Amino acid sequence: MRQVYLDHNATTPVLPEVLEALLRYYREDFGNPSSVHRYGRRTRVAIDDTRDCVADILGAPASAVFFSSGGTEANNTILQGVAAALKGHGRHLVTSQIEHPAVLDTCAYLTQQGYTVTCVPVDAHGVVDPEAIREALTDETILVSIMYANNETGVLQPIADIARLVRQRGILMHTDAVQAFGKMPLRVEELGVDFLSFSGHKLYAPKGIGGWYARPGAPLHALLHGGHQERGMRAGTEHVAGIVALGKACAIAISDMHQEWERQQQLQQRLEHGIREHIPEVRIQGAEVPRLPNTTNVAFAGVEGESLMMSLDLQGVALSTGSACSSGSLEPSHVLRAMSVPAPYLHGALRCSLGRGTTLADIEYVLEILPGIVQQTRALSPSFVP
Amino acid sequence: MQYSDIVQEHFEHPRNVGTIEPADAEALVSNPACGDVMHLYLRIENDRITDAKFKTMGCPAAIAAGSITTELLIGRAVEEALALSRTEVNTALGGLSPQKVHTSVLAEDAVRAALKKYRQR
Repeated sequence: MRQVYLDHNATTPVLPEVLEALLRYYREDFGNPSSVHRYGRRTRVAIDDTRDCVADILGAPASAVFFSSGGTEANNTILQGVAAALKGHGRHLVTSQIEHPAVLDTCAYLTQQGYTVTCVPVDAHGVVDPEAIREALTDETILVSIMYANNETGVLQPIADIARLVRQRGILMHTDAVQAFGKMPLRVEELGVDFLSFSGHKLYAPKGIGGWYARPGAPLHALLHGGHQERGMRAGTEHVAGIVALGKACAIAISDMHQEWERQQQLQQRLEHGIREHIPEVRIQGAEVPRLPNTTNVAFAGVEGESLMMSLDLQGVALSTGSACSSGSLEPSHVLRAMSVPAPYLHGALRCSLGRGTTLADIEYVLEILPGIVQQTRALSPSFVP
Repeated sequence: MQYSDIVQEHFEHPRNVGTIEPADAEALVSNPACGDVMHLYLRIENDRITDAKFKTMGCPAAIAAGSITTELLIGRAVEEALALSRTEVNTALGGLSPQKVHTSVLAEDAVRAALKKYRQR
């Protein structure tokens, strides 16, 4: 049975060249970069080289790039670290209703600590209106955090426009770029952000590595204290193999970024066209606004997402759903709710996120089996009248 | 989401899917939180359930709950059927995880609602 992996927004496989590059840092070059002897010097160089590579992708100085255990730690560091650094300057943050839990839950935690957080809404396409951000800003606001690309829908936010008006007010701007990093050019000066988060396992590097960009001089307290790694901003012996892997993954990403974007976009279009052609009553979230080329959030009226997902899994196709029944809390996706996705579609959404390894044959296979699965599941449903 | 073999089986091959028109007893129940909907149809002769059909929009556990409930009901006297509880459904499904127990509640609600209307006739 054909196996098709369409959940690249959840995680990606480590590319062979990336695995090759990192293995020696587990075998021969295992030194602690803080060690003074040759073992340490070798791994110190490896980290520095990677830092240069990541900094290049972002158009930033190397001193502005910091490595962490991933995107969640980066988001936690930036939100909590700015709040701590600007204590006394204000206790208000602005974010959006569609952020990743790493941002929203950190905001909830800050709320418990006495901060107030405004979560601005999105429109029906899933886009934040810069004017809504402007209206939310107060004299107490210390940080605005808006994601670059949404993980459930792929919808891109107008970060440069938002950053411009935020910084005009002298307020710091953060973007969680975890889903966008490695897929498209992100030049921090053009974007005008003070902070940016990224994560390795979304661009074919291993899980457990990521980091952030912080504009030199931007106020930030460390989250992890201890040794002086990452210039005192992130204690803990560096995950050298992970860092090297991230660097290699970045190099690969840069080498064909534009072609890979186009290739994925064509597959996305083929998938969406095929779905619309053969399955009635579907709704593709964010289809009319700029999106990542790999993400299709498609809802089918009258069926529940987890059942679709399981049927697809039984036939070799792996993807995900934001349905209520598949979440621990029984609440439907907060992103789809924020977009006011109508009730018949809210519970029947699937997220297909393709990647480097996805072929046209994979997409054709999905198109072959999906209509039947939707039809059979609709036949089980009391609410769907064809 | 880890499901028991029984739930898997009833999801892949649900029993008694369909409708009974006109039914001797029927009910449409839903769980607004997660959007699960179950429609249960019963044929009753001499106070005994001789046939049961269901339709469900919901997760695999909800579909399995509908399927196993119809199997538990067919052949039961109405008085016995009234005693069919969420626990019985849960056990018959091989034990549901805490997040999915609500599907056995949905099934119980459907049975009780259908038979309540029947007794009121």
